Amino acid sequence: MIRRLFPHPWLSLTLVVTWMLLVNKVALGSLVFAAILATLVPLLTASYWPKQTRLKSPVRLAAYILLVIGDIVRANIAVAQIILFYRKDRIRSAWITVPIELTSPEAVAMLSGTITLTPGTLVADMSGCGRVLLIHCLHAPDPDAVRDEIKTRYEARLKRIFA
Amino acid sequence: MEPAFEIVVTALLVIAGTFGLIGSFGLLRLTDAMQRLHAPTKATTVGVGAALIASVIDLYLYRSELTWQELLVAVFLFITAPITALFLAKIHLHQTVPRDLLPPTGTGRDWATFDQTANGPTPELPKD
Amino acid sequence: MIGYALTYALGCFGIALACNLWRVLRGPTIADRILALDTMVINMIALIVLYGIRQGGPLNFEAALLFAMTGFVSTVAYAKFLLRGNIIE
Repeated sequence: MIRRLFPHPWLSLTLVVTWMLLVNKVALGSLVFAAILATLVPLLTASYWPKQTRLKSPVRLAAYILLVIGDIVRANIAVAQIILFYRKDRIRSAWITVPIELTSPEAVAMLSGTITLTPGTLVADMSGCGRVLLIHCLHAPDPDAVRDEIKTRYEARLKRIFA
Repeated sequence: MEPAFEIVVTALLVIAGTFGLIGSFGLLRLTDAMQRLHAPTKATTVGVGAALIASVIDLYLYRSELTWQELLVAVFLFITAPITALFLAKIHLHQTVPRDLLPPTGTGRDWATFDQTANGPTPELPKD
Repeated sequence: MIGYALTYALGCFGIALACNLWRVLRGPTIADRILALDTMVINMIALIVLYGIRQGGPLNFEAALLFAMTGFVSTVAYAKFLLRGNIIE
């Protein structure tokens, strides 16, 4: 019964939190309205989410987000140095391909978002079958190291988060 | 007024301004079209993020209201920035990047921007 | 002290907007122009937030959120149009 009323519990929770943030105060009325939204929206959009992706461990997901935020700040400083101080002919950009083992669309989207947000790398395309990512690096003297870092640092963690 | 918080807000504002400027400066300075994509999509996001955190702390300091609305803007920007970058990169692949510069996929199919079968039925992700 | 930092940040984002405008006018390809416009939107959001701090009120939040949303949607719509010649498929 509860499963049928809330086919996507995490989506419902996200909707409640987003609505409370929008209202910006804690009141019973807005909580009730948030609950109504959290029931209606997943039911109405259920046809767009045909497959369930199970979230194995929310704690790991939170840790992952913190890790990514740290990486964003660290890598931003690196890119700022490249922009400001490198001569133009010393910036060595490269295309690299990263074969991925993740299969669920949510996990792949999360991985590409991470890659694009950590500066210096950018997901440009995906192979037609969805198993290889095309990544552009701003400055990569050693492209294999970048590929290894993506695979070990981000993909391995995401594999443990999403079932 | 806690002086420690004041220093934090000042530092955040300086970081925000600096990174925002560096991101837009990179847009001017870098020569290659794909390189230009790197600078603004990220440096600016961090700049706006720092400005938003500074705004939260500042409102709490001076008006002692705790607002979390600003977090929504930051989350929205962080979610949409990769999507914008992906679309612009696809336009570059489509229009400016020479086809033979790209590495091969290593699978049977071409990159999705050029893949002819992608115009037909949507390519299925591998079954698990 | 916050006042000086605020002026500095406002100045930085103002110069950033000028840089973006130059790229919009010059930009060799159309993708460069879209990218510059998108960056302008993000910089404008930062300016709105900083102006809110200077005014000392949370009134500007809605403006920032609306800017972020319209900016994102218009960028994606334009990109989609260039890629497929069609926005709603």
